[in-house]
Amino acid sequence: MKHLLTTQDMSKDDAILLLDTSAQMAATQSRENKKLPTLRGRTVVNLFYEDSTRTRISFETAAKRLSADVINFSAKGSSVSKGESLKDTALTLHAMGADAVVVRHSASGAAHQLAHAGWLDAGVLNAGDGMHQHPTQALLDAFTIRRHLVGHVGDDGRGTDTSVGADLAGLRIAIVGDVLHSRVARSNVYLLHTLGAEVTLVAPPTLVPVGVETWPCRVSYHLDETLERWQPDAVMMLRVQRERMSGGSGAFFPSPMEYSRKFGFDARRLAVLPDHAIVMHPGPMNRGLEISAAAADHPRSVIVEQVANGVAVRMAALYLLLSGTDSGDSGASTQQTSTDERNVL
Amino acid sequence: MSTARPQTFVLRGVRPYGTDPVDVVLADGVIAALGAPGTVEVPDGAHEITSTGTDEDGLVLLPGLVDLHTHLREPGREDAETVFSGTRAAAAGGFTAVHAMANTTPTQDTAGVVEQVHRLGEQAGWVDVHPVGAVTVGLGGERLAELGAMADSAARVRVFSDDGKCVHDPVLMRRALEYVKAFDGVVAQHAQEPRLTEGAQMNEGVVSAQIGLTGWPAVAEESIIARDVLLAEHVGSRLHVCHLSTAGSVEIIRWAKGRGIDVTAEVTPHHLVLTDELARDYDPVFKVNPPLRTAKDVEAVREGLADGTIDIVATDHAPHPVEDKDCEWSSAAFGMTGLETALSVVQQTMVDTGRLTWADVARVLSENPARIGRIGETQGRPIAVGEPANLVLVDPAATRAIDGRSQVTASDNTPFQGMELPGRVVATFLRGRATVLDGAPVDGTPVGGTLEGATR
Repeated sequence: MKHLLTTQDMSKDDAILLLDTSAQMAATQSRENKKLPTLRGRTVVNLFYEDSTRTRISFETAAKRLSADVINFSAKGSSVSKGESLKDTALTLHAMGADAVVVRHSASGAAHQLAHAGWLDAGVLNAGDGMHQHPTQALLDAFTIRRHLVGHVGDDGRGTDTSVGADLAGLRIAIVGDVLHSRVARSNVYLLHTLGAEVTLVAPPTLVPVGVETWPCRVSYHLDETLERWQPDAVMMLRVQRERMSGGSGAFFPSPMEYSRKFGFDARRLAVLPDHAIVMHPGPMNRGLEISAAAADHPRSVIVEQVANGVAVRMAALYLLLSGTDSGDSGASTQQTSTDERNVL
Repeated sequence: MSTARPQTFVLRGVRPYGTDPVDVVLADGVIAALGAPGTVEVPDGAHEITSTGTDEDGLVLLPGLVDLHTHLREPGREDAETVFSGTRAAAAGGFTAVHAMANTTPTQDTAGVVEQVHRLGEQAGWVDVHPVGAVTVGLGGERLAELGAMADSAARVRVFSDDGKCVHDPVLMRRALEYVKAFDGVVAQHAQEPRLTEGAQMNEGVVSAQIGLTGWPAVAEESIIARDVLLAEHVGSRLHVCHLSTAGSVEIIRWAKGRGIDVTAEVTPHHLVLTDELARDYDPVFKVNPPLRTAKDVEAVREGLADGTIDIVATDHAPHPVEDKDCEWSSAAFGMTGLETALSVVQQTMVDTGRLTWADVARVLSENPARIGRIGETQGRPIAVGEPANLVLVDPAATRAIDGRSQVTASDNTPFQGMELPGRVVATFLRGRATVLDGAPVDGTPVGGTLEGATR
């Protein structure tokens, strides 16, 4: 695994390897000394062209827990307004000897270009590119779903994870909200499908992209109907950007109030779900718009745990990217072997 | 050097419009003789070019190509292209006339600027340069530019376009259509509804949904074309639709022509062969406006070109410096070069597939664009004795690998980089003077010469 750019072309073996490695990383995080020597002497650059507190801190924490040297490179605005092109920044990072570059950029494809344009030869980890992909978010979501709905963890969330090696076959996940602009939705649809889950996207028709028909999922325009009839095991709420949504050039829905009435998640809608169902949100939340405080803070909400799992997943991604060029392949074949063994048993 | 160059040529065994071989003599700027091989009288000292192929694949002789849609970038963006470099590339591609689009800096919206571009074209001497006049001041879409002054200028402008921007205000479009009737002009519309394409990056569809780029929906093109053909019908004007790219646009043009509306339409070489699947790697060389569409649209524009719904192929040659393409997709400039690959793409997609004959190629790449641009008295002429010797000689049996850096244009942004394309321009003649020989531009002191049409 040289880069982590998208979940769309990720194999099931690689996905499970990432989740299983995340579980191992998570286990180390309950120790008193959380730091591992694994990436000592390696340099990880956090290249953030967009504001992001939680993702940047999550990656920084993950790299530091693996003993890597971390350089934070914040560049506000696009390459044009900043005056230095993405290419020149990449050449600079290359000259500095970065081993991995974690990149967030408002331009879809920026991570892909960094990885493939020949500007630098570091491993590239996509931390969100425009409306395209945010693969570690999808991985941490899948990891969280697997821990809760496939394995059994201790009450404090730190017990032994018995879901290792498992996929998400048969689980039903509803992803609700602004699918059109969401890299989280795109990443999750492909990853969850690859892991065997069924996905339904729920949004007003204005927030579903033209061309969605080729995505491996269903689409519904009705949240209540989806919750009642489809009975999802997890509901993932997406952030709605209030300012661009109603009126003006947006006009994706008439008003925040109408959106909230039809697509907001609250305690009433939570009560419709099966008892084991969990509520998720990638953050940051608009409380009162796409999710009510009661739902966000409900015991079945795993939103805070998603953040914690984010560190473990990013540790796993950094580890697999930097710990040897063929680790992905060998890891995948190891996984294949263990699956075969289970089948034999 | 130019004085030593023979200005009399004999083309032996060449096939006009791909038909039976003949010998052709070019002298004094015209086709001086034409007849069965060995039957024509050859002046002493004539430069000989002999077709080496068989009767089936020997050199094809066509009227010099005419591009109705070229961006020469001068004045303003000489880092991308100049009138000299762009017209030299045009000659290399087999062209003898180009229409230089108006989106220069300053804009070609006054008699002064169009005359400047016209004069630069004359000085360069590679092809006839016919400036396109802007429809609105500064392409701003608010006030009509001085269309009459540009028409009356030495540049004798007949084609008006805000290309790159759409004349989206329906009243302004109506007025422009009406106004240019006075001098037999035409409005060439870049059909793009602006509100439907805010921030648009690529065709809206399956690929854009997956790769997360803002979509440029087909309806944004089709709705403007539908409006414009109805406006043209209402006011009795002629309308030209630039670079149509969708199956729906072809249907609307077909309907409009069936209704007798005086509309013509063009398609670019890239829309005849490339699709939006190419955006998947985010290489901005494939970013173009209108965007590359789907395979279904490609088939529809080929069919439209074959059945005459689409009148012409025009390059939309849009050179850009490296830095405008070596960046994030959303920051990159729209456009791709095309002058040196247009004929090959048409051969590959239309001739080699049996959908067009070489006579049809002459129609869509020379005769029709000359007629639409109202330069038909000098360009797009029949291959016949006494006609101006604006000609291109093509080797259809050749293939060549496309490499942007070795092209004649000053910019590298060809979407056909690394591809093998059929056909090669062997020679181009502008009023009997070779601008290209053995596939290479003939450098030297340009003859200059006047555009005959301009003095009429």
